[in-house]
Amino acid sequence: MKPASFEYHDPETVGEVVRILAQYEGEAKIIAGGQSLMPLLNMRLARPQALVDLRRVPGLDYLRRENGGLAIGSLTRQRDVERSADVAELQPLLHAATRFIAHPQIRNRGTVGGSLAHADPAAELPAVAVALDATFAITGPEGDRTVPAGDFFVSFLTTSLGSGEVLTEVRFPGLRRGTGWSFQEVARRHGDFALVGVAVTLALESGKFHGARIVLFGVGGTPVRAPRAEQELEGNLPSDLLLRSAAMSAAEEIGEPVADIHASAEYRRHVAGVLTRRALAEAASRAGTSTEEA
Amino acid sequence: MVNKRTIHLKVNDLPYEALVEPRLTLVDLLRGELGLGGVHVGCEHGVCGACTVLIDGRAARSCIMLAVQADGANLQTVEGLRGEGGLHPIQEAFMLAHGLQCGFCTPGFLMSALELLGENPDPSDEEITETLGGNICRCTGYQSIIDAVRLAASKMMASSGKMDGMQR
Repeated sequence: MKPASFEYHDPETVGEVVRILAQYEGEAKIIAGGQSLMPLLNMRLARPQALVDLRRVPGLDYLRRENGGLAIGSLTRQRDVERSADVAELQPLLHAATRFIAHPQIRNRGTVGGSLAHADPAAELPAVAVALDATFAITGPEGDRTVPAGDFFVSFLTTSLGSGEVLTEVRFPGLRRGTGWSFQEVARRHGDFALVGVAVTLALESGKFHGARIVLFGVGGTPVRAPRAEQELEGNLPSDLLLRSAAMSAAEEIGEPVADIHASAEYRRHVAGVLTRRALAEAASRAGTSTEEA
Repeated sequence: MVNKRTIHLKVNDLPYEALVEPRLTLVDLLRGELGLGGVHVGCEHGVCGACTVLIDGRAARSCIMLAVQADGANLQTVEGLRGEGGLHPIQEAFMLAHGLQCGFCTPGFLMSALELLGENPDPSDEEITETLGGNICRCTGYQSIIDAVRLAASKMMASSGKMDGMQR
């Protein structure tokens, strides 16, 4: 058998999930789609005492419009997000990013909540959640709480989810009218983990940049914002020179990118700059059009 | 002592009951316990796609799913593929277009293609490559596999056109 032995629970309510997690005092792992956890179990890099499977918990697999945005149940499959007309309409950045997640055969099983709670630094959804100021609904032994995406990702594969807590819903605000967006990623092959990627949103007010958000991934332990580059754009007219300068700032301020067998730190930094420049240009062109329409 | 679980599932329209350890992967259940050796097991961590099966109509890797998670599911494996003359049109197309050499990866490719063509009878080349990106072949260089899927699509469209008029 590939994985080490574990006890298995498949409770039918969120309350039961929380109760079982508490019983194991941090030695249990939640399994949803299993597309990240199962490889770790098969290689015995993860050896939890118990697995708590969410498959029988009803009411966690949904996608609905709410307050102009989207409320997505944590068990919603990534493939359903990819195919949702509501997501395409209200949150095109999320829609575009979903198609970069591995392959259709993985997205058929992989869940939104699973990817976010796993928090792989090269994964798409965490960066998108940070870029869009998503909110995470969490249930634990102390009751329910919500956490903004910016506070959720702590470090490599680590989130602010307590070992006794379960992520139940992610809320994405709708993209404001006139907001431009872009999602860019470089991987060895389509579907591989990103070497570097970037998610950008921005608006143009009277032709000038306003409220740009730049979030890079694959470069550090968590999605990384580039506030200096964002600030550089604020209140300025788009120009090739400005985009280049902001992109260079972004590449500098992300700290020392990770180096591994796939790419050196220098390569990642270089690509971070190139992708940021392309993303800013694309987002600016989208913002321009939609502003005129509004 | 590990508590085994009794699970019930349908594979290729046949009902099965199995008593399994929770840590048993679905591919090991299919091959080892149910004798469905056409489901190949390659990398065992979700990368190669050789173990792809349809779970409730959706293509997925059976090596990164637990057998207990398939309790109540309806599965299709390569053993369930058949057509009028014996072979399914997708299998026939793989044969005619040389979509295989050693054949190790083929069951996975067939099942990925089956899901694709079931949902999208006339996929673009981009849609075909997007789908097949989830399967690795070390022999063919992929071009002949893409050709095979395209051929399968036209065969299946032609025969469904014959059966229910100009459906599209």
